[in-house]
Amino acid sequence: MSAAPEIRAPRSTSQTGRVAPQYLRSGGARGQFEMLAWLFMRLSGIVLVVLIFGHLFVNLLVGEGIHAIDFGFVAGKWADPFWQFWDLAMLWLAMLHGTNGVRTIINDYAERDSVRFWLKVVLYAATALIVILGTLVIFTFDPCPVIDGVRHVADYCPAP
Amino acid sequence: MSAATAEPASKVELPAGSSGGAVPSFDITLRVRRYDPEVSEEVRWDDFKLTMYGTDRVLDALHKAKWEHDGSVSFRRSCAHGVCGSDAMRINGRNRLACKTLLKDLDTSKPILVEPIKGLPVEKDLIVDMEPFFQSYREIMPFLISKGHEPTKERIQSVEDRERFDDTTKCILCAACTSSCPVFWTDGQYFGPAAIVNAHRFIFDSRDDAGDMRLEILNDKEGVWRCRTTFNCSEACPRGIQVTKAIAEVKQAILARQF
Ligand code: HEM
Ligand code: SF4
Ligand code: FES
Repeated sequence: MSAAPEIRAPRSTSQTGRVAPQYLRSGGARGQFEMLAWLFMRLSGIVLVVLIFGHLFVNLLVGEGIHAIDFGFVAGKWADPFWQFWDLAMLWLAMLHGTNGVRTIINDYAERDSVRFWLKVVLYAATALIVILGTLVIFTFDPCPVIDGVRHVADYCPAP
Repeated sequence: MSAATAEPASKVELPAGSSGGAVPSFDITLRVRRYDPEVSEEVRWDDFKLTMYGTDRVLDALHKAKWEHDGSVSFRRSCAHGVCGSDAMRINGRNRLACKTLLKDLDTSKPILVEPIKGLPVEKDLIVDMEPFFQSYREIMPFLISKGHEPTKERIQSVEDRERFDDTTKCILCAACTSSCPVFWTDGQYFGPAAIVNAHRFIFDSRDDAGDMRLEILNDKEGVWRCRTTFNCSEACPRGIQVTKAIAEVKQAILARQF
C-alpha cells in the first residue's frame, strides 16, 4: 500500500484558505474499513437470503406450517446444534448487517458531529445488548429447567 | 424531421408544418431564487413575466430578465451551448444546464423555478462557490501521469483501449452530478461523482500509470464507498455520462486490486 505522494494542487487551497472550511476533509481515512464494510454488506446479504428464507420456510411452511409454532417447536429446534448454529449465524449477520446499514444512514443524514456521535453510541449499545443476549439465549436455553430442585417437565422433555 | 429522436414532447402547441414563418411566442413566469448578502441575508423569490419564443431556452429567459428587467440578477454562463459547464442550476427541482433546457419542454402554465445547485455555498443568486468541487477534482490528479521516457511521437492507443474510458472523457465539470447527490448535500465531505468520473477517465486510460494512486485516493472513507447508488448523478448529467456505472467500475477496480 503505497501512500499517494504530496502533489500540490495547481491552486493549492490549504494556504489560501479558499475552500470553505466546512468542506475540507479531515484526512484520517480509516484504512480499509469502509471498503470492508461495503463488501460485508453484499456478502452478508447473500448469506442472509439463504438463512432468512430457509428460516421462514422451515418455520411457516413445512409440515403443519405456522400452526406448529409454539414453545415446544422452538425448544425442539434449539435442541439441535444445526439449528442453534443457523439461528446464531442469522442473529450475528443480521445484527451486524443491520447495524452497519444504520451506521451508513446516520453518516448520510446526521449533519452535526455531536448528533452523529450520540446516535452511533445508542446504535452500538443496542447492537451489543441484543447480540449478547441473543447468543446467551441460544446457547443456554433449557426447555426443561430445574428450579429450586423441582423439575418443570413438559411432554417433550426426556423422562427423568 | 425524424420522429425517432426521443426529445421530450413539447408542452406548448406549436403550429404543425409551419416553415419559414414567425417563431411562435408564449408567456412564462420565471421564478428566480434571489440572494444577495450585501443587501440582506434573507432569500427571496422574484417573478419575471416574460414573452418568450419556441426556440428559447431557460438561459434566454434569464438573459431577458437581466437585460430588460433587473440588471442585478446574477448567474454564470459562458458558451451558451452546453460546452463550458458554467450554467448548471436547479430548474423545476432538477439539475440542468440553463443553456440546454428549452422552455417549450417545461410546463409553462406554472412558474418555472430556477435555483442555484444545492450543496455548495451560495455566493449570490444562482452563483455558488465551486472551490470545494474543484478541490476534490484536483485531489484525484486529473492529468496524465506516465512513467518512462517521453515518446518522440504521440502516445498510440488502440481503438479498444480508447473506448474503455470514452464515456468519462465527456465531462464538462458543470457539477450537476455532485450537487444532485444527497450524500454530498449532508456535509460536503464526499469526493462526489464528478471527481470519481474524472479519476475513472485516467484510471482506465492505458497510457496512464498512476491508476493505483488514484484508486488509493478514492478508497478514502469519503471516497467511492459513500456512494449509495441513488442514480441522481446519472440522471443529472447533461452529457449523458453513465456516472453511477463509472463509480461502480472504480469500486470494482479498488476491490480487484486488494484481492
Ligand atoms: C434478505 C437478505 C438481505 C440482503 C440481500 C441485503 C442486502 C443489502 C445490501 C446489498 C445493502 C447495501 C446497500 C447499499 O450499500 O447501498 C443493504 C443495506 C441495508 N440492510 Fe440489508 N440485506 C438483507 C437483509 C437485511 C436485514 C435482515 C436487515 C435488518 C436487520 C437489513 C438492514 C439493512 C440496512 C439498515 C441497510 C442500510 C440501508 C441503506 O444503505 O440504504 N438487511 N442490504
Ligand atoms: S459527470 Fe456530467 S454532471 Fe458531473 S460534472 Fe461532468 S458533465 Fe457535469
Ligand atoms: S453556458 Fe456553457 S454549458 Fe451552458
